[in-house]
Amino acid sequence: MHLATERLTARYHGRPAITAVSMSIHPRAITAVIGPSGCGKSTFLRCLNRMHELSDGGTVEGRVLLDGSDIYGPAVDAVEVRRRVGMVFQRPTPFPTMSIHDNVAAGLRVNGVPRRRIGEIVERSLAQAALWDEVKDRLHGSAMALSGGQQQRLCIARALATEPEVLLMDEPASALDPIATQRVEELMVTLKRNYTIVVVTHNLQQAARVSDHTGFFYLGDLVEFDETARMFTNPSDSRTEAYITGRFG
Amino acid sequence: MSQARTRRRVVSTTMTALVGVLSGLAVLPLVLIFGYLVLKGASSLNLEFFVGNPVPAGQAGGGVAHAIAGSAIIVGLAALIGLPVGIGAGIFLAEYGSGRLGWTVRFVADVLNGTPSIIIGIFAWTWIVRPQGHFSGLAGALALAVILVPLVARTTEEMVRLVPHALREAALALGYPRWRTSLTIVVRTALAGIVTGGLVGVARVAGETAPLLFTALGNLNFSTHVNEPMQALPLQIYVYATGPFQEWHRLAWAASLVLILLVFGLALVARRVAVNRYGAR
Repeated sequence: MHLATERLTARYHGRPAITAVSMSIHPRAITAVIGPSGCGKSTFLRCLNRMHELSDGGTVEGRVLLDGSDIYGPAVDAVEVRRRVGMVFQRPTPFPTMSIHDNVAAGLRVNGVPRRRIGEIVERSLAQAALWDEVKDRLHGSAMALSGGQQQRLCIARALATEPEVLLMDEPASALDPIATQRVEELMVTLKRNYTIVVVTHNLQQAARVSDHTGFFYLGDLVEFDETARMFTNPSDSRTEAYITGRFG
Repeated sequence: MSQARTRRRVVSTTMTALVGVLSGLAVLPLVLIFGYLVLKGASSLNLEFFVGNPVPAGQAGGGVAHAIAGSAIIVGLAALIGLPVGIGAGIFLAEYGSGRLGWTVRFVADVLNGTPSIIIGIFAWTWIVRPQGHFSGLAGALALAVILVPLVARTTEEMVRLVPHALREAALALGYPRWRTSLTIVVRTALAGIVTGGLVGVARVAGETAPLLFTALGNLNFSTHVNEPMQALPLQIYVYATGPFQEWHRLAWAASLVLILLVFGLALVARRVAVNRYGAR
């Protein structure tokens, strides 16, 4: 699934958070978005599934092409876009009143998936998120009883259940301990076989470990976008170099 | 060094004792009221009190079955009318109430919350009782509903606002339309709090007397017709407590005890509900 942005500008109450970002995201690969706090990387991510416009004062200009068609086109329903582009947030957000099973099924019901297919999809999604073995005996127990790392994998399973074409992850491991982080990273690498993944991260080592391409944002501009290996060994922009060598940020 | 530590300890102990005494003072009225009611009223609570109807003034015995049934009907109707409106308004305020309309609704609810209940009674009389030409239980229920709506609207709003924003975003990102996010995710998460708020509101209006004086009026006989004057516990207490007979005073104490036990019961149920299905909160 090919995803690209063309001169994408996002504003909060008229003040730009990202300016004229053009980026072509490779299908079935992991693209990392890095940069110091406030550089606009989360805003960029939230433009890719039309979540930014829900923020207070959030407006978007430019185009985001999903398989060639603009998701900001006049006839496009934002709700429909969000079903095609899944999202995982920084903090795990299981629905507290729902069981583990119902959490994964939450996006299915709303999409009108027939009841008899839900069980099998829940199992498949939990298996994809490497959580099935840990929860298969307590599917109807509370999702809040899971550990933070398990909750995050549950949220990944929930996002996968609706079979999105793209998976957006906003610092998916920053609230997790190192072992849980490792599991999520392994999971991402497995998932890229089937999904196009865009991940925002503060953790440069994580970007270097898991991603195929990296974009560096600074003050709302996409400074550099390249293959991760080249970016981390031989960046072409001096600001990129300064950031990845830890001179600022 | 050690002097500073002694001072800290003294301040800490004093403050702890102070807040202890203050919390004791806060619960003291309830303990006193409840204790006194039990003392004066418990001995009159027998079967006849609950199933019997009033006997002619001056005679011994009799019960308040008509008032208990009347209260149940009036408060039940008020809840039936007031809770859906109040909860709906509360959800609207929390989820969509950031604009001018929301501000207005919130302001009106706050003013209505602060309006003395006797004024609401007078208005119910002017608009319902007088045009109809007779007092009725229904008019009483409507007056109580008017008190219930803003109360429930504001508590519902508070409860819905407590739901973390991240949960809304998670649902929206899954492709939930906004209205469905509000109803199935946000309201479901806040449900325990909403039910608690509703029950506390119902308990509050169950004890209202002034609005019923102008609407339900009271009735010496057992009646389940909502279109006729109807007795209610607070009215019964008012009449009996201000009456000249010893026997009436005895029944008023007992009726007060029953009323406070009802409110107690509702509050206890509310507390139980507040612990939601998975024990969160």
